[in-house]
Amino acid sequence: MPTITFVEPDGTRRDVAAHPGESLMAAATRANVAGIIAECGGSAMCATCHCYLVAGTLPEAEPLEAETLEFVARNTRATSRLSCQITVTDTMEGLVLQVAPQ
Amino acid sequence: MSGVVIIGAGHAGSQLAVSLRAEGYAGAVTLIDASDALPYHKPPLSKTFLKDPAALPQPLRAASAYKAAGVTRLTGTVTAIDTAAQTVTLHGAALDYDHLVLATGARNRMLPDLAGAANVHSLRDLADAERLRAALADAAHVVVIGGGFIGLESAAALAAMGKTVTVLESAPRVLARVAAPETSARVEATLAGLGVTIRTGFSAGGFTRQGDRIHAVQGAQDTVPCDLLLVGIGAQADTALARAAGIACNQGILTDSHLATSAPHVWAIGDVAETPHWQADAPLRVESVQNATDQARHLARHLAGAAPAAFCTVPWFWSDIGPLKLQIAGLALGADRRVLRDDGARLAVFHLAGDRLVSVETLNSPADHMIARQLLDAGLTPPDAFMQDGAPAMKAWLAQA
Ligand SMILES: Cc1cc2nc3c(=O)[nH]c(=O)nc-3n(C[C@H](O)[C@H](O)[C@H](O)COP(=O)(O)OP(=O)(O)OC[C@H]3O[C@@H](n4cnc5c(N)ncnc54)[C@H](O)[C@@H]3O)c2cc1C
Ligand code: FES
Repeated sequence: MPTITFVEPDGTRRDVAAHPGESLMAAATRANVAGIIAECGGSAMCATCHCYLVAGTLPEAEPLEAETLEFVARNTRATSRLSCQITVTDTMEGLVLQVAPQ
Repeated sequence: MSGVVIIGAGHAGSQLAVSLRAEGYAGAVTLIDASDALPYHKPPLSKTFLKDPAALPQPLRAASAYKAAGVTRLTGTVTAIDTAAQTVTLHGAALDYDHLVLATGARNRMLPDLAGAANVHSLRDLADAERLRAALADAAHVVVIGGGFIGLESAAALAAMGKTVTVLESAPRVLARVAAPETSARVEATLAGLGVTIRTGFSAGGFTRQGDRIHAVQGAQDTVPCDLLLVGIGAQADTALARAAGIACNQGILTDSHLATSAPHVWAIGDVAETPHWQADAPLRVESVQNATDQARHLARHLAGAAPAAFCTVPWFWSDIGPLKLQIAGLALGADRRVLRDDGARLAVFHLAGDRLVSVETLNSPADHMIARQLLDAGLTPPDAFMQDGAPAMKAWLAQA
């Protein structure tokens, strides 16, 4: 169970124990991380699970995720990810993600 | 108790409960649902949930989110509303409200001939999905009645599980009421590639029944055998409670553009509400997650003190049919012209009413969908050539528009 740190929009750091196999969004939702709304439930439709990668490495975004992010209107950066499209693995211990403003 | 009482803890009711607090509402918030399950996402039920015997429902939000927002969750079916006394009846007792919100959703239509048959299923809630998933273990040939979103998503999922699947649709094409012919054709071809048999123009004339089981569906020419029948022929708003209370209803509970019903201090949101739609110029019932959550947020702002405003958002919807992600932005009502872009793998259909873009349907083309939402939101229509060119061209056009 890797521990993932989510930085909430007001700067609060939340350490969440994530289960391998679930999405980073699911782990954040379970822990009620502020700013992760996940309206579409992980269908890459709403971008309300948008985070910036602050520390650690992640596999490259698949085309669905990359395109959705590229064409979402606001606040995208080079480090933008849709947390619902990333599956937790044991190698993600120590990952830090900042929740993007809506 | 008073404060805001919400009946129905689906996508709409759950969102309203937490949004009220986020918007600064200070009174009591009570969220009532017939089920005691932590409110969950409905869309996965016809997509991923069936395929994985260990899959759990996916909560909309953590239990702690309701606690943190000071929301009281109650379990039980509300049996009556008294709009004069401002009370609802739960477990035989009266519960006061300052504001009552009806977020009771919709129920699946069922064919009367099939009522009570043990191997007949439909998909609306978690209990339906669990019952279907358990029954699939003993079913080889599944017949799906209805080529709509839920029927086709389920058909793709069942085919992936190795079932022999036949979809029966009475219209000449699947998704006939909701998508362009080009979209229907691509969906039909893709499902056929997965091994699903699609019979369009098939009207079920009768059923072969033995005891409490249906063994076949009879058509005009032939009979289609089945071990299990999944009925996906659409949903009906559950208006019984509102009607009995004298609240005006049509297909759904009628509201004005502020989501107010005909009774004072009573509001309706989500699948159950029939609300004037800015794109339709008429009252409309919309069944989508986006509609449910956006109406919830809209009403939360007003109940928390904001001046009343008309509900007006660009509708969007998605459906995952096997390898196809169908995305729809806007309503194609009144459209008289289509612009297409089709590279074989992706499809984008732009619906125009005269020279105004009203809706965009895409298959596996999220970039087009995301741009479409921004275009519709801004009320802008790019020249045809830009739509034909692609999403980057539209993005560049939008940036300078
Ligand atoms: C299988 C399936 C797949 C779907 N897929 C998609 C999709 O991919 N994309 C999309 O946008 N939309 C999809 N939808 C539609 C979407 O789920 C609905 O639009 C949404 O759930 C509507 O939310 P709601 O809160 O209005 O109603 P619901 O979510 O249906 O909630 C209504 C709640 O009210 C409760 N209730 C009713 N009457 C009473 C009473 N008298 N007392 C107490 N409680 C009561 C019910 O128990 C229920 O929990 C799908 C729907 C289904 C069923
Ligand atoms: S949860 Fe909607 S895009 Fe991730």
